[in-house]
Amino acid sequence: MTTTATSHRTRPPAQPDSLRAKRLPWYAAPAIAVAALALSAVLVYGTSIGGPVLVVVLGAILYLVGLFAAANAVEGRRSARNRTWSALIHSAFVLAVLPLVSVVWTLVSKGADRLDVNFFQTSMNNIGARDANGGAYHAIVGTLEQVGIATLITVPLGVLCAIYIVEYGRGKFAFAIRFFVDVMTGIPSIVSGLFVLAFWVLIVSPWFNDGRPSFSGFAAALALSVLMLPTIVRSTEEMLRLVPAPLREGAYALGVPKWKTILRVVLPTALPGIVTGVMLAIARAAGETAPVLLVAGGGAAINTNPFENNQSSLSLFVYQQAGDASKYAPARAWTAALTLVALVLILTIAAKLLARRNRLSR
Amino acid sequence: MAKRVSASNVTAYYGGFKAIENINLTVEPKTVTALIGPSGCGKSTFLRSINRMHEVLPGARVEGSLTIDDQDIYDRDVDVTAVRRTIGMVFQRPNPFPTMSIFENVVAGLKLNGVRKKSILEDAAEKALRAANLWGEVKDRLGKPGAGLSGGQQQRLCIARTIAVEPQVVLMDEPCSALDPISTLAIEDLMFQLKDKFTIIIVTHNMQQAARVSDRTAFFSIEKTGDPGRLIEYDNTQKIFSNPSVKKTEDYITGRFG
Repeated sequence: MTTTATSHRTRPPAQPDSLRAKRLPWYAAPAIAVAALALSAVLVYGTSIGGPVLVVVLGAILYLVGLFAAANAVEGRRSARNRTWSALIHSAFVLAVLPLVSVVWTLVSKGADRLDVNFFQTSMNNIGARDANGGAYHAIVGTLEQVGIATLITVPLGVLCAIYIVEYGRGKFAFAIRFFVDVMTGIPSIVSGLFVLAFWVLIVSPWFNDGRPSFSGFAAALALSVLMLPTIVRSTEEMLRLVPAPLREGAYALGVPKWKTILRVVLPTALPGIVTGVMLAIARAAGETAPVLLVAGGGAAINTNPFENNQSSLSLFVYQQAGDASKYAPARAWTAALTLVALVLILTIAAKLLARRNRLSR
Repeated sequence: MAKRVSASNVTAYYGGFKAIENINLTVEPKTVTALIGPSGCGKSTFLRSINRMHEVLPGARVEGSLTIDDQDIYDRDVDVTAVRRTIGMVFQRPNPFPTMSIFENVVAGLKLNGVRKKSILEDAAEKALRAANLWGEVKDRLGKPGAGLSGGQQQRLCIARTIAVEPQVVLMDEPCSALDPISTLAIEDLMFQLKDKFTIIIVTHNMQQAARVSDRTAFFSIEKTGDPGRLIEYDNTQKIFSNPSVKKTEDYITGRFG
């Protein structure tokens, strides 16, 4: 039976007499973990070479070794390897989640102090170093407007660009566009800020402002657009490429023109992925500080007009409050940081809900 | 409704590769014509060149002339979308649109071509689904996703979608190769009924299927890998399967080659 398939081996593998094999009891793994931790604690504190972190790290290594040895003795080599690798993969997961949990916990615990109504209703206008209140209303307005305008600019531009690359682009021109989009991905945010400062603030904005250059939230939105565009183009491009060719052909075969096929068949199919890419870009843009500082200038007062005068943003607010000498400033910075993360989270969840295959995904 | 399809000296390329060469054949209205032959012999390429789907692939082109009732579909001033509306196509793998419901899938061709009136769409959907023998199975769940149907139902959904735009010729590229015998039978029955209204051209690897459903059969073959596919013999199905005039056809049909 199996001899033909394994004829290249010198001898066929022994057929097991029974399909059953010895298994470690269910409590073996936790028992080994406890023993490893205990041993590690004794070693670390006995020789007083470290603290609890070392106990956990050493304990984890001892656990892996002990688990492998025990499984190898009872269950055999294949099973021992399986258990060791499973444990390693779980450890990798824990290591990856640890920083995330830590960040969220730090934000929530430290940001809770100023998480009051006042924070969301007031700006920093006329707030001195000895004033305990003051809020981020102006910064929230700034972030929403700047990121909103940047999204309005980049989503149509980026999606259309990706459609061109995937559906229409042939030859050198499409290749060049792809290449420059890749290059754009690597632009540091400060450079995009400098670009908008030199181009928009210093050269173009005087035309709208009686000859004087002017900071504005719109300039910040332009700088953020430069950062968001490549992310959106690349993610949309990948998503469009994933749409199976038979779907396009199915629509063509019905006599549907190409542009309508793209609009009504290809884009809806790729929509959830495109939304994810857009949300990544928005999250990145919302967290940018340098370009906003350079071209919107920041400011303490509420300015709801994105086209005139200084505007702040949440990340800029965090930056300024964190560096402020007032003893009340750090609490404001933490709460603003928490607000920023919550804002991005809410936007992401909302977008995911909207993009979910509406009634069909049920 | 149904129209005559006639190919003369059709040669198709994929970039520099010549896939089929000098195909000449005429398909009469309201008949089923089967294209058979070994893999890679250009049956599908020929089929795809009949509704100008061949040129969708980059670098692919067609030479020669293909006429639908004396209109050459490869003329310069021909509207490709009009050609494809006249000549519908069903693919090997069922490809319902995943974001659309069963109803939307069936009327996709109408809707995307500008038909908006709900009553027209509903009538067309019911008519097409009845014609595709699917109405009874899906009439209570027209709002559910088309991708949730079984493979055979999906393929009949794709056939319904194709005939909903009322084409004159229906091309089928191995429509049953991914289906079980029961679904295959359902689709073969369907072809018999559709023959009253449409001209049907079907590519198949299944000889019995060709013998069962078609009036005429065209046998394609290649000399060796890399050579273009040619039409070897084209005749009444009965003649091809009982008394072919070319030795190669007989070898293929009896299983001695290919």
